[in-house]
Amino acid sequence: MRNIFLFIRIYFNFLFFLFLMCISFFMLFNYNRFHHTVYSSTAGEITGKVNKQFNDVEYYFKLKRTNDSLVKANAVLYNKLKQDFELPDTVSRLAIDTLRIDTLPFLRKYLYLPAKVVGNSVSQTNNYLQLHRGSLQGVTADLGVTDINNSVIGTVVDVSNNYCVVMSLLHRQSNISAKLKKSGETGSVVWDGVQTNVVILKDISKDIKVSRGDTIITSGFSDKFPYGLVIGTVMNIENDQTSSTFIIKVKTAANFYNLQYAYIINNLQKGEPQQLLKSVKKTNE
Amino acid sequence: MSSFAKNIVRFCLFILVQVYVLNQVPPLHELVTPYLYFLFILWLPFKMGRRTIMVLAFAIGFCLDCFTKTYGLHAAACVMIAYVRPFLINLLISQEGAESNYNEPSIKSMGLTPYFTYLAILTLLHHTMLYFLQALQVGGYLYFILKILISTAVSLLLILLTELLFVRKQRFRTNTV
Repeated sequence: MRNIFLFIRIYFNFLFFLFLMCISFFMLFNYNRFHHTVYSSTAGEITGKVNKQFNDVEYYFKLKRTNDSLVKANAVLYNKLKQDFELPDTVSRLAIDTLRIDTLPFLRKYLYLPAKVVGNSVSQTNNYLQLHRGSLQGVTADLGVTDINNSVIGTVVDVSNNYCVVMSLLHRQSNISAKLKKSGETGSVVWDGVQTNVVILKDISKDIKVSRGDTIITSGFSDKFPYGLVIGTVMNIENDQTSSTFIIKVKTAANFYNLQYAYIINNLQKGEPQQLLKSVKKTNE
Repeated sequence: MSSFAKNIVRFCLFILVQVYVLNQVPPLHELVTPYLYFLFILWLPFKMGRRTIMVLAFAIGFCLDCFTKTYGLHAAACVMIAYVRPFLINLLISQEGAESNYNEPSIKSMGLTPYFTYLAILTLLHHTMLYFLQALQVGGYLYFILKILISTAVSLLLILLTELLFVRKQRFRTNTV
């Protein structure tokens, strides 16, 4: 027993070092479990507030670019207005809409929630964004996030009262179900941690014709994003010798260097498919 | 200003510079990530206890982790260099009793070559640890090694600039050990 105490006393510094290292490693490798704890949400709240202060300054310098992209987004929306389209006379016919207005809220599947981006990183190997919206405003984990022009930028992973943390597309654990707009082939979009604004589309079989400039959209298979949101365009196609699939480099439609506003997409029918799957599994057991 | 207050100010400044300047600049290249915040640990006083240094290193690493949302990553790298720091100082310090003559590591207290060896080794160690932990998830040897070397070079350049811009006044304290 005495020897044990002696050992501890002699090597106390080393043991203390090991202890601190263990804490670090524990946090590092358990982040997914860890981030649900109370601690992380208070840390999120504090860093959110500091980031907000900084962003107030940064925002001013990026006003011009933000303005330009808002105008562009507005133009897209104006072009979708009903009054822009005219039906040919032979088809136009007076019809009474029998849909009760009351039923509309029940039909809505996705609800967009605007949010200010207060923190953003692009140079790390795992990048996160921080948005000024939290659980008090109805944000929960696993919601999709898009930029002003409705192109995908990430997924909410952590929520505190007024802020939420978004795992950006530029994160090595990010995995988004995607589709080639032209041929409808599905694959998944990941990031290799190398270049900002360039992600990788996997699982596209080699017999599919892909060319540079093809648009990649969300597949709508996951409950985070509706079908057809733009992820990016094909930049480079690499022939992977070891498998039967391409490695396609995709230039993201969102510019991660300049994110000032984002939309959080709340899926109002989120729980339903999973519940269904669960009940199917139960009956099959 | 007392050493205590000075270090608190430094802590905040290094974190703010790292988070809002160095992490914000568009990366020059994907291999280059400038780091400066760990200079805080390298500048801590000689006479500070090992455990205190380690706790402070953990604190500054963890503080940065809160901003980058990589809990434990920078903390591990910082604790590592904080542990190695005293050994290195004992090895590199040239004059007898320099630890008690001067307050903290600098060119004046350690001499030019030992001081830069000290900076270079700890920077390299910090970056190796950091990118090794990041690389556990991604792999790619050449990329990993290149990233360590180039980032270390850029960090050293930044440290050099900091040393030149912010001259720390080092008072010669006493001759008696």
